[in-house]
Amino acid sequence: MSHAVVAVELAKVYRRYQHKNQFRTLKSAILTGSLLSDLRPEETFTALDGVTFEVPKGATFGVIGENGSGKSTLLKLLAGITKPTRGRLQVEGRVSALIELGAGFHPEISGRENVMINGIMLGLSRRQVQERFQEIVAFAELERFIDAPVKTYSSGMYARLGFAVAIHVDPDVLLIDEVLAVGDEAFTRKCLDKIGEFRRRGRTIVIVTHSLGLVEKMCDDVLWLREGKGVGRGDPKRVVDAYLTYVAGGEEALLAREHGRAPAETAEAPAAGPGGTEAGHGYREGRWGDREVEIARVRLLDARGRERHVFVSGEPLTLAMDVRARTATTDFVFGVGLFTADGVAVYGTNTDLEDFVPEALEGEAEVRFEIGALRLVEGSYLLDVAAHKRDGTPYDYHRGLYSFRVRSHTKDVGVHRPEHRWSFAGGVAMRSAPRPELDLREE
Amino acid sequence: MLQELRTLLRYRPLIQSLVARDLVARYRGSMLGFFWSFVNPLLQLLTYGLVFTVILPGRHSPAIEPYLLFFFCGILPWTWFQSSIAESAGVLLAGGNLIKKVLFPAEVLPVVTVFANLAHFLLGLPALLACLAYYGRLGPTLLLLPLPLVVQLVLTIGLALLVSALTVHFRDIQSILAHLLHLWFFASPVLYFYGDLTGWVRQLLRFNPMTHLLVSYQQILFHGSFDHWRGLGASLAVALLLFAVGSFFFDRLRDTLAEEV
Repeated sequence: MSHAVVAVELAKVYRRYQHKNQFRTLKSAILTGSLLSDLRPEETFTALDGVTFEVPKGATFGVIGENGSGKSTLLKLLAGITKPTRGRLQVEGRVSALIELGAGFHPEISGRENVMINGIMLGLSRRQVQERFQEIVAFAELERFIDAPVKTYSSGMYARLGFAVAIHVDPDVLLIDEVLAVGDEAFTRKCLDKIGEFRRRGRTIVIVTHSLGLVEKMCDDVLWLREGKGVGRGDPKRVVDAYLTYVAGGEEALLAREHGRAPAETAEAPAAGPGGTEAGHGYREGRWGDREVEIARVRLLDARGRERHVFVSGEPLTLAMDVRARTATTDFVFGVGLFTADGVAVYGTNTDLEDFVPEALEGEAEVRFEIGALRLVEGSYLLDVAAHKRDGTPYDYHRGLYSFRVRSHTKDVGVHRPEHRWSFAGGVAMRSAPRPELDLREE
Repeated sequence: MLQELRTLLRYRPLIQSLVARDLVARYRGSMLGFFWSFVNPLLQLLTYGLVFTVILPGRHSPAIEPYLLFFFCGILPWTWFQSSIAESAGVLLAGGNLIKKVLFPAEVLPVVTVFANLAHFLLGLPALLACLAYYGRLGPTLLLLPLPLVVQLVLTIGLALLVSALTVHFRDIQSILAHLLHLWFFASPVLYFYGDLTGWVRQLLRFNPMTHLLVSYQQILFHGSFDHWRGLGASLAVALLLFAVGSFFFDRLRDTLAEEV
């Protein structure tokens, strides 16, 4: 399969010029020597450091990472806005970058004229813009305002028009930088549909985003950048999971997690009970136990039984554990603990506490912990799972090795969201505003 | 330099659209609209006319009578030059969003500035031609007008490229430029007649490419006979050199532009 993008050892070093002051002065340039020699960089900042990847034609490629990890720099390199300092970069076909919507708009002239100029700027001919004009305006839903100066547009209208032009350039490679955050939910959905159409037509897409749900839903392949280096690459689910774990618990969690997959032990003694009620203090990720009973696999499932890492508040969540007993036993307890990202215990329980009496465990088994409605506020959460003896001796204890994210319509605070409703009577009138659709994952 | 030309040719439709946008946007909201391109030089003419015919009268040679008409022939192309250079200083900084966020050949911006000001020049030209016709000075030499115009275009673009790219790194150029251009104005034969100059002043002004351009305009439009071929040729040489230097500098600084604006 041929590649739309090939990047080999790509590096970008930003230069900061001499004289720490922000404004350069001619005087200093003249006093210290010639103009050009003074443009030699003194300090450098490495935004991208040897990133290698390739994107096959027709693939949707996601780039994730924290702020400042080099995502946007990578996109600018792909767009050709800046040149790589080192390495090789090959991009085939026409590129359209949705980096800032409507970046080239002039406020004083009409939407119509701006569409024309923006289209030409993005590489269309005048005739091509004219041919697509109706479609662009219809997509942006701006038929009534297209002859008004752009300065009278709301920011949503502005972004819509910018997106409409950029998407109708019909590029071979579409670069998207977190631009779908603008506009209302209905328009975001429309944009996603359009991007979906792009995928079906076999165009290549590179998405830089913080929306991990979007990445998991749309991307075929994900690159995770950290401090300018590629630290993860491959299947979206796996990379996003690793990233979430890293974000939730820092680097230690990532290491622990990697070890957790391989049979590694931490020296730390087991905590008193599953759920670790003492946690919040010295909460550390890890895995320990003699593995007489082993928790071989843990999955988080949604209502339809699909594995997910991002849930909407109020949704059901099922924790499924594949358990393997090396020898048959009658002394076993399964436990689950739920923590916030900073280690505060949210909930902990086990089969013993809930009065289940173990009768037999032999060979392969599956244990499910079903939460009817995940009443948590937005945030990242960590999970403990454990199998141990009734006296607390661990078989297999996984501490904080699994994480998931909860998204929410409501920006409420705290940890737990009790089921509740508001009611009003007497001289108070309230109207509930229409609530936007949130879940990007549901078709 | 050739590559620079190719880029500019390739982006011709974009330059056209941006020039049109510039013109439309500049006068949007003003009552006179495009008429301003026409009125501006007339008002300038009136101001200098008031100073040099009423307040300081009788200081010019008979070769340049009527003086206001002579002045008009020089101030129009000079305004094109001066506005282009002055505006090109800030044009990359103002268009920073484009350079940073869109794949955009930055040299388009200063070039658009030069062409937009050329449009103002051309819009003001009918007023000048009307005045020349009134004094019965419209002659066949008018056909030579494109010559100095093309030379000036090359010269102005070259300088605009240089100034715009350097200003990104040395912001003080913006401040000093107004004064330099003012000095340059008085060191160019707009207000006075180059033919009257003698001695070292004349020698000095010979090195000013704008001198020969202005003399060419004045001969073609005002005097109705053109013999300044050598001067115009020298200006062309300087213009080409400046264009080469301008595109060289612009190219050298190109990669830093997106980071510095």
